Amino acid sequence: MKKTIKLTVNGQIYECTVEPRVSLADCIRHHLGLTGTHVGCEHGVCGVCTILFDGASVRSCLLYAVQAEGHDIQTIEGVAHDPDTLDEIQQCFRDNHALQCGFCTPGMIMTVKEILSEGQKLSEHDIRDALSGNICRCTGYQPIVQAVMDLMARNERKAG
Amino acid sequence: MKSASFDYHRPQNINDALTLLQMPDYRIIAGGQSLVPMMNFRLVAVRGLVDLNDISELSAIQIDKNIITFGAMVRQRQIERHEDVIKNAPIFGEAIREIGHRQTRNRGTIGGSLCQLDPSAELPLLCLLHDGIITVQSLKRTHNIKVADFIRGAMDPQLDEGDIVTHIRIKTWPRYHGYAFMEYARRAGDFAIGSAGCLITLTPHQTIDEIAVCIGGLSDVPQRLHHSETLIKGQKINETIIDNIARSIDDLGGHPTVQASVAFKKQITKTLLKRVIIRAYDRALDQEMHHEKNN
Repeated sequence: MKKTIKLTVNGQIYECTVEPRVSLADCIRHHLGLTGTHVGCEHGVCGVCTILFDGASVRSCLLYAVQAEGHDIQTIEGVAHDPDTLDEIQQCFRDNHALQCGFCTPGMIMTVKEILSEGQKLSEHDIRDALSGNICRCTGYQPIVQAVMDLMARNERKAG
Repeated sequence: MKSASFDYHRPQNINDALTLLQMPDYRIIAGGQSLVPMMNFRLVAVRGLVDLNDISELSAIQIDKNIITFGAMVRQRQIERHEDVIKNAPIFGEAIREIGHRQTRNRGTIGGSLCQLDPSAELPLLCLLHDGIITVQSLKRTHNIKVADFIRGAMDPQLDEGDIVTHIRIKTWPRYHGYAFMEYARRAGDFAIGSAGCLITLTPHQTIDEIAVCIGGLSDVPQRLHHSETLIKGQKINETIIDNIARSIDDLGGHPTVQASVAFKKQITKTLLKRVIIRAYDRALDQEMHHEKNN
């Protein structure tokens, strides 16, 4: 039986009617029209559907939309302040050529957003470990890891 | 791959959840990081899901002297980042990092891992190593069961229909204990082909006072090596003893998987076993020296 739910996505409240079996990823894409969140494996392995759920990175293919009612959701669309600008993570990815086809990028960026919010200084090894849940089939990861290291260095200079 | 249809309920307390579970073919969803993939693959289809995520009494961690009580809905990442848990049971920090990825650990729960009982799962092994006790509640009664008895087989916990695991209690080891957990998987976050954990305390003469050793992934369930524990107690660690313990793996049964034959798994398990014992022993020695300096 379908349920009508209210979802808070990127600070905006959406109402939609879905079957309980609809994944949060599909709901965000098909019902809310936010197609920046991509869908790959649909069983929690590839990481492209990563979003922030109450600030924590999660697989939106492993949550049902009905479970998200009452929680704060952030997707790639909410990262930059307006559609014509890039935020610091996106800018760093661009500067370091950290994407080729771009399919994995939204998931990567959401994971990096969580890493940054934790405010810890990470080594290259830690960054690789933190990003190990996001698969990229183009870049070989080197420029992605480089982008995150660059970003952390930039933020450190800003703070210092 | 989309789940088949089901009804969805998110009760606010345990009693409502227990009542809902009386419905035929209703099933609990905890973190959903194993259940939802299985539902997406349609390996599992249910009439209804009872979501425990809003039951706040199930998501607390309590530490009382040498007992840590985890609510069943405590997230793996909540444990990983809990300073007092890591201080009292540091092996949890070392092992939980190996579970899936941060995105799945942000959702996955300790109760979920224990009820899922994947043969290579880290949390059942850790709870077995710490002589854990599981509290199970149903409409009729609340009872406690040892983790060793709870683990019946692969994905087969000692639970009846309508039961909910509410808490997991573990006994911590003295502050000066040594610990180590290691596992081997083909890629970060994959199911382990083999895993091993060890806890050690030493006497002032640097012989083994207490030891717990556990392996995972080899057969259908994680196993405590009680026989080896008895053999090694009271002794000083040396190569012969460690080789003997490793050799005891030859007598155990095993289950092959797509990735690894039993022979390969045993080889991996032996190596991990030797390494965790040595690392736990070294750490216990370090602690011992530290301990003496401070007294």
